[in-house]
Amino acid sequence: MSDQARVLKFQIFRYNPLKKGDKPRMVTYEVTEAPGMTIFIALNEIRETQDPSLQFDFVCRAGICGSCAMVINGQPDLACRTLTANFADGEITLLPLPGFELIGDLSVNTGKFMRVMSERVESWIHDLHADDVNYDALEERMDPDVADEIYELERCVECGACVSACATKRMRPDFLSAVGFMRLARFALDPRDKRTDDEFYEIMGNDDGVFGCMTLLGCEDYCPKDLPHQTQIAYLRRKMALI
Amino acid sequence: MKVIYTDSLVIGGGLAGLRVAIASMQRGYDTIVLSLIPAKRSHSAAAQGGMQASLGACIKGDGDDEDVHFGDTVKGSDWGCDQDVARMFVNTAPKAIRQLAAWGVPWSRVRGGDREVIINGEKVTITEKHEAHGLITARDFGGTKKWRTCFTSDGTGHTMLYAMDNKAIQLGIPVHERKEALALIHEDGVCYGAIVRDLITGELAAYVAKATTIATGGYGRLYSVTTNAVISEGIGTAIALETGVATLGNMEAVQFHPTAIVPVGILTTEGCRGDGGLLLDKDGYRFMPDYEPEKKELASRDVVSRRMTEHMRKGKGVPSPYGDHLWLDITLLGRKHIEKNLREVKEICEYFLGIDPVKEYIPVRPTQHYSMGGVRTNATGESPTLKGLFSAGEAACWDMHGFNRLGGNSVAETVVAGMIVGEFVADYCAANPLKISTATIAHFIKKEEKKITDLLVRDFGENPFALKAQMQQIMMDKVGIFRNGPDLEKAVEELTVLHQRARHIALRNRISSSNPELVEAIRVPKMIKLAQCVAYGAMLRTESRGAHAREDFPERNDRDWLRRTLAAWPDDSTDLPDISYEDLDVMKMEMPPGSRGYGVDNIILHPDSEKRMAEIEEIRKANSAAGRFELQQLLNPTPIPEKFKGKNERIGRGYK
Ligand SMILES: Cc1cc2nc3c(=O)[nH]c(=O)nc-3n(C[C@H](O)[C@H](O)[C@H](O)COP(=O)(O)OP(=O)(O)OC[C@H]3O[C@@H](n4cnc5c(N)ncnc54)[C@H](O)[C@@H]3O)c2cc1C
Ligand code: SF4
Ligand code: FES
Repeated sequence: MSDQARVLKFQIFRYNPLKKGDKPRMVTYEVTEAPGMTIFIALNEIRETQDPSLQFDFVCRAGICGSCAMVINGQPDLACRTLTANFADGEITLLPLPGFELIGDLSVNTGKFMRVMSERVESWIHDLHADDVNYDALEERMDPDVADEIYELERCVECGACVSACATKRMRPDFLSAVGFMRLARFALDPRDKRTDDEFYEIMGNDDGVFGCMTLLGCEDYCPKDLPHQTQIAYLRRKMALI
Repeated sequence: MKVIYTDSLVIGGGLAGLRVAIASMQRGYDTIVLSLIPAKRSHSAAAQGGMQASLGACIKGDGDDEDVHFGDTVKGSDWGCDQDVARMFVNTAPKAIRQLAAWGVPWSRVRGGDREVIINGEKVTITEKHEAHGLITARDFGGTKKWRTCFTSDGTGHTMLYAMDNKAIQLGIPVHERKEALALIHEDGVCYGAIVRDLITGELAAYVAKATTIATGGYGRLYSVTTNAVISEGIGTAIALETGVATLGNMEAVQFHPTAIVPVGILTTEGCRGDGGLLLDKDGYRFMPDYEPEKKELASRDVVSRRMTEHMRKGKGVPSPYGDHLWLDITLLGRKHIEKNLREVKEICEYFLGIDPVKEYIPVRPTQHYSMGGVRTNATGESPTLKGLFSAGEAACWDMHGFNRLGGNSVAETVVAGMIVGEFVADYCAANPLKISTATIAHFIKKEEKKITDLLVRDFGENPFALKAQMQQIMMDKVGIFRNGPDLEKAVEELTVLHQRARHIALRNRISSSNPELVEAIRVPKMIKLAQCVAYGAMLRTESRGAHAREDFPERNDRDWLRRTLAAWPDDSTDLPDISYEDLDVMKMEMPPGSRGYGVDNIILHPDSEKRMAEIEEIRKANSAAGRFELQQLLNPTPIPEKFKGKNERIGRGYK
């Protein structure tokens, strides 16, 4: 590390739809880089010392909660775990995640989208008896490998990067998107969920569902949790094609 | 005036809040959850390590049960907890975890047969029972006699929160996201809901309810470096304090976790040490066995954090531009284990430190982590002084953690408290019709409106970001792991000055809708009040108990301090909270105060301790034929709701 700290140049999308007369624009901010600086740290510094109106969303700041996806130099990623040192020329352009309702500046309403997605895929264990389980008794057994496999698909943090990177979604506004497929794959794998293939077909057996996917796989490229979109979407498709 | 009516208003969409909401909804009461953020992003998602429940299915958990869990929890709390609550908790935790299994959590399971683990730095082969194959397994955690911490690889909190929120969605429970509760509505000692600001539009609304539950998590952000999420600012706790009627309990009880990465303070889970990781100093020397020969790295958190600090003070820390630190070594666990069970840790090391923990040591230091204190409640979860106000989870001082909580007992508390308190919330909704006048509601809305208008029109004044940074620094420097009288006095003084300055905040960005500076301006005065409760409580408590370690009063003083601190702020024009105390009754304890078994015992005994021990001996003798359940009933009858009274089954043991 040289003694001379770099000055980073941030180009940030600014627009507050609730402010009368406000127009979308790019604004430049300069920040002196500190060792180990992340975009989370830099944005907070800008807010605290330069422009207190700057909007963005962070919660865990540790790459765990999925709040902070944005487009960083053209690529969707979690801003909290992106080090500024990764950018050789010190220029960083930040845009809000496309495909979601804009709240303001870098803040988008992924929460609303994800709740609708969860309702649409009925993101819960379908078992008429789940509420009558006698939880004093030993739990139902599960194969340890199956438990691990379910967890692999459950690692999605609903960050929305896959949705924003999806070309199909851009053409079909109601396209379920990869996050929805991953959720369905997770429940389809779970022996506790008693839904039949026909029931899953009802949810995704159409062009806004798994048959609409053009397999361009932007989703897999940008998923910060490295979920296996390609294999799972192919699996769901085969499963649905048999119906 | 926008008014929304419901039966059960739950402030907070983390594990605790959602579980309370599910309980009141399932009992047929109209329920609304409020959250600053989408519920699935709540801080509960960050828990990696696991949830304690005495299922005893894995071989190292053999022989575990409610009683062993109870003993660990009480000892862990340094006898500061409410033993009735600890009892309700340990008895209900196995049910909670099994219910979550039915709701979809993919708990890691026992695999029958041999497996290699690392214990005390050595590779050891253990053999899991074939009859336990497929049951929920557990890992080792600090301060526990058995391997009791159940987990899902390294994403326990995430999978629990997803299952819980999915259940809430299934039940159609509305979660009003990006809403912040700013004040509680109350009259004549009864709470009727909250005044809430929409963080997008800025609109204020009154959410009027029969029962109101605060489940807003901890107050870690009172400190500048913490493992907590940026929203863990204690606002829910503060609005309870600001009623002037509700009290906060043990606010000075703040936990520091031994292993957060340096400098950013992101946590590496206790599972690292539970699974066999070691702590090393600048010479690569494993120092914990010198201090704690028995439990070593897996002593209780408060103990490990202090030992690390002591060791660094001896000059054994690794120097760095951010101050000294120590090393966490998990290289001995091997790539396969790390990539499966500690993957989140690996990602954190790669992204934030640029190192590979499979090959390199992790720089760590004790860091603020957990708030034992919070809204004081009785065992039913209700405030003893403000009727209709409930609290659950980290926000509450239900008080099963006393002065130190065990790893894995917190996510367990959120769910168990959610189940138990949720039933009492529903009972309250059944018994209490809503009686509140529109005038009262209007009064509370107007009060909040005025505060915001004042902020928006003031031309010159204090910068909220600067005030917050100063408060956080005072807490770091003077109200940390080791505390002493002079520093605490200074902290109290300096915070009082900040409190006064916080009355004159002015904004640069003066709009009432979505505005991060306004959010800060609303929160900072509340946070300073909480910081004052912490520092003042710590200054007055002239003993050391659990995480509260006074260098000038190193002994645990049961004679004078077996009592819970209560903070109230009845008069908003004063500069300090009122502090009072609530005695813990030794003669009612199932487990009277004794030694925790760390270091040299340094305890001033309570005069009743021996008396109660003798009494318990008598009861045992007189009932020598009684089983453990009858005996427990005799020693500590607890108000567990009927639903959760059943005995818990364990493999190889049945319901015994
Ligand atoms: C990094 C980390 C790892 C951890 N690991 C473990 C572990 O392995 N095992 C364990 O047992 N414990 C662990 N803990 C502790 C545990 O995760 C927390 O104590 C617990 O999850 C808190 O849950 P909660 O429901 O009480 O609050 P939270 O999950 O913090 O939820 C708080 C909710 O309140 C809402 N809220 C806050 N203020 C307001 C307001 N004013 N108005 C409206 N809504 C509001 C928020 O939006 C959020 O939904 C860990 C903690 C940390 C920091
Ligand atoms: S699948 Fe991956 S990219 Fe898509 S929302 Fe989940 S974590 Fe984000
Ligand atoms: S803030 Fe949680 S993932 Fe970035």
